[in-house]
Amino acid sequence: MVSFEPSEEQQLVRDTVAAFAQEQVRPQARASDESGEIPASLVEQGWELGLTQALIPEAYGGAGEAHSAVTSALFIEELAWADLSIACHLLAPRLLVVPLIEAGTEEQKRRLLPRYTQASFAAATAAVVEPRWDFDLASLSVTATRRNGSYVLSGTKCFVPLAAEAEHVAVFARVGNGDEVGVFLLERGTAGMNILEREKNMGLKGLATYEVAFEQCRIPTEQRLGGAAGCDVNRLLNLQRVALAAAAVGVARAAFEYARDYAKERKAFGVAIAQKQAIAFMLAEMAIEIDAARLLTWEAAWKLDRGEDATREAVLAKQYAANMALMVADRGVQILGGHGYIRDHLVELFLRNARGFATFEGLLTA
Amino acid sequence: MIDFELPPQVQQARDMVHMVAETMMRPIAREYDEREHEKPWDFLHTMWEASKATNPVSFGGGGKKEPGTPSVRNLQTVVSIEELSWGDAGLYLSIPNPGLGGAAIAAAGTAEQRERFLARFRSGPPKWGAMAITEPHCGSDTAAIATTAVRDGDHWVLNGTKIFVTSGKMAAQESDGFVVVWATVDKSAGRAGIKAFVVERGTPGMTVVKVEDKMGIRASDTAMIVFENCRIPLDNILGNPEVQRSTEGFKGAMATFDATRPAVAASAIGIGRAALDFVRAELEKQGVKIRYGVSRNKLTAIERDFMDMEATLQAARLLTWRAAWLMDQGRHNNLEASMAKAKAGLAVTQVTQKAVELLGPLGYSRKYLLEKWMRDAKINDIFEGTQQINLLIVARRILGYSSKELN
Ligand SMILES: Cc1cc2nc3c(=O)[nH]c(=O)nc-3n(C[C@H](O)[C@H](O)[C@H](O)COP(=O)(O)OP(=O)(O)OC[C@H]3O[C@@H](n4cnc5c(N)ncnc54)[C@H](O)[C@@H]3O)c2cc1C
Ligand SMILES: Cc1cc2nc3c(=O)[nH]c(=O)nc-3n(C[C@H](O)[C@H](O)[C@H](O)COP(=O)(O)OP(=O)(O)OC[C@H]3O[C@@H](n4cnc5c(N)ncnc54)[C@H](O)[C@@H]3O)c2cc1C
Repeated sequence: MVSFEPSEEQQLVRDTVAAFAQEQVRPQARASDESGEIPASLVEQGWELGLTQALIPEAYGGAGEAHSAVTSALFIEELAWADLSIACHLLAPRLLVVPLIEAGTEEQKRRLLPRYTQASFAAATAAVVEPRWDFDLASLSVTATRRNGSYVLSGTKCFVPLAAEAEHVAVFARVGNGDEVGVFLLERGTAGMNILEREKNMGLKGLATYEVAFEQCRIPTEQRLGGAAGCDVNRLLNLQRVALAAAAVGVARAAFEYARDYAKERKAFGVAIAQKQAIAFMLAEMAIEIDAARLLTWEAAWKLDRGEDATREAVLAKQYAANMALMVADRGVQILGGHGYIRDHLVELFLRNARGFATFEGLLTA
Repeated sequence: MIDFELPPQVQQARDMVHMVAETMMRPIAREYDEREHEKPWDFLHTMWEASKATNPVSFGGGGKKEPGTPSVRNLQTVVSIEELSWGDAGLYLSIPNPGLGGAAIAAAGTAEQRERFLARFRSGPPKWGAMAITEPHCGSDTAAIATTAVRDGDHWVLNGTKIFVTSGKMAAQESDGFVVVWATVDKSAGRAGIKAFVVERGTPGMTVVKVEDKMGIRASDTAMIVFENCRIPLDNILGNPEVQRSTEGFKGAMATFDATRPAVAASAIGIGRAALDFVRAELEKQGVKIRYGVSRNKLTAIERDFMDMEATLQAARLLTWRAAWLMDQGRHNNLEASMAKAKAGLAVTQVTQKAVELLGPLGYSRKYLLEKWMRDAKINDIFEGTQQINLLIVARRILGYSSKELN
């Protein structure tokens, strides 16, 4: 039955995360972009929200709540609204935990999940993107080759968040020579997995991301997610796409709200610039497009929650949201005029972050 | 809970309407585009017989009937309109029903007026209702209406010229219908002086002087109507006859649009979907499949365009459903209705124009319906508030400005 209203439970989660995002995360956004650091105390506070632990079955020390892509989309938007780098950092452990919940064997869950139910933040991550202009989840260049009862990984990944401190890395790789894709659960320090220098990007500067090179990296076959049969990788990718779409909506909303408030204050030619149609119409279109992208995102998430294939919806939502976020953030800068270009204001940061969504994959998961 | 599943009764209605669109509208779509000003009487009679029993005596407004059972009426309306317009938007607009005028009576009329003007739509031969706001010198700026209504004993006397009245000829002249006419009772009072009046068909002094030739939606008549000392009973005024120094009455009339804008958006989406379906089918004939999930940098230009069209249309559809759903919940939807209308009007304009480009000669040829859909589509960005007027409404809402502060 069509409804555009989150359940009471979802609203509670969203409101709780929104309050944290506004009071704790947003004030750190500029500083972490400048320093490249996120305060450990903030990470611990974020961990206490339980957004990762909630999904882990009680048997392994978690809260055992049902995993919902819609609920995830709601709180991801709020955190990304406050700051995309910090949002990705806080939610990075989900990049391992969600695939485990969705597709892990009992043995894999038992071995890995308890690490993520402790009182303190434990980093985990996924290695998805590769450093190529035509990077494609449908034809990965990192390969996993079966040899003598093991898999051997080779190739290079990039944009891997928190790789240096991650306890586990979920590596997305092509299996054999066909187009089969598998996910491999690597432990920190596995021989042949080389974490290279921290990357320097245009945006996302607060988030530590790394290139990770695999050279003759040999792992037992039991470390393939889902066991010998593998898992529904498409579903995992779609959960990532929905998460990035929700994050794009969050960043766009941040730029929109900032510009809207500025435009009502800033006077030119005797009136607030928001009273000029050139500005007011930009803001109106920004508002419409943000809602449009959010609804596409919710629909894709809803379809995933029903267990259906949502590849088309997730791909379209992510693309739409990525384009939308760029358009909205650019206008955010434009509406502030020269001041938008100065780092005293956050809109330039939103624009640098927004530009990334066309490129980002695998930084977040719903 | 967030949910995108249409309720079963809406799905059933959609399937039924789709069959009508496919079997009755598509086959005559080209014919009545070319034979402008002629009426597809078989189709109109069939639609009348099929729908008269359920013709709404009220339209829009709050949906909640009993506590615990939210209505789905407005959702069903927009879903059905999408199907009809997928069949043919011009034919959809020509279907006999109370129309926009009916919507105004349902929203602003008394129970007695609803009975007097709307009950007839449940029986007898086909009938049309129409709404006349636009004038030669004012369209978007509805507050500048020059048509006057002057009280003279037991009557109101109307004088002025209305243009672009959808189904105006059918309502004023060809059937037992009516035209809801907006006129000012006190020019000096501005918006507060503007009132809506119901003029019965054939009232002396009301003359249809012209039916326009148009770029698209040619199956729908668009009339110019002149009022010359046109006398109507006093109780044909909708709402309060007193000129208050507030704009309550005007606002009430404008609220009609909150119900009708999602309907226009839905019609736009139906046309856009027709175009998209056609493009997809033509591509498939050539073995072109849209590859979802492949790097955007590896997609062909056609794939990229197609995916953008698909996404923008779906976004417009969800905005439209949301505006209708809010109405069904009995909640305000002024902002959301304008958002949906602005988005859908622009989306369908862009999607159909792009589709003509993508299909080359197939798109441009009158052998196929695509070029017609492009012509039909454009009206959705113009009537019921142009793109700009809807942006203005959205902007005022999000900025908290009055029409004085932002215009
Ligand atoms: C790196 C940099 C170098 C610069 N160098 C110089 C320099 O050397 N010398 C110098 O004097 N200045 C310089 N400037 C200032 C620059 O010229 C101004 O920032 C620019 O003119 C815009 O003015 P503003 O920032 O006050 O924006 P505002 O005038 O406040 O405009 C804000 C927004 O409102 C819009 N707007 C304003 N009025 C209207 C209107 N009537 N209708 C519709 N929209 C309107 C603007 O387009 C803009 O989008 C520099 C700025 C930067 C960022
Ligand atoms: C086929 C058809 C059917 C119609 N059916 C009906 C009907 O049934 N009943 C009825 O009453 N009317 C009807 N109309 C009229 C329609 O609603 C008007 O055409 C529409 O509201 C625009 O008014 P206008 O044509 O006078 O344009 P104008 O108001 O003159 O606008 C011209 C341009 O200026 C822009 N503009 C105007 N004001 C502003 C502003 N404040 N800020 C920025 N831009 C602005 C507009 O967006 C537009 O682009 C119909 C029109 C057509 C073509």
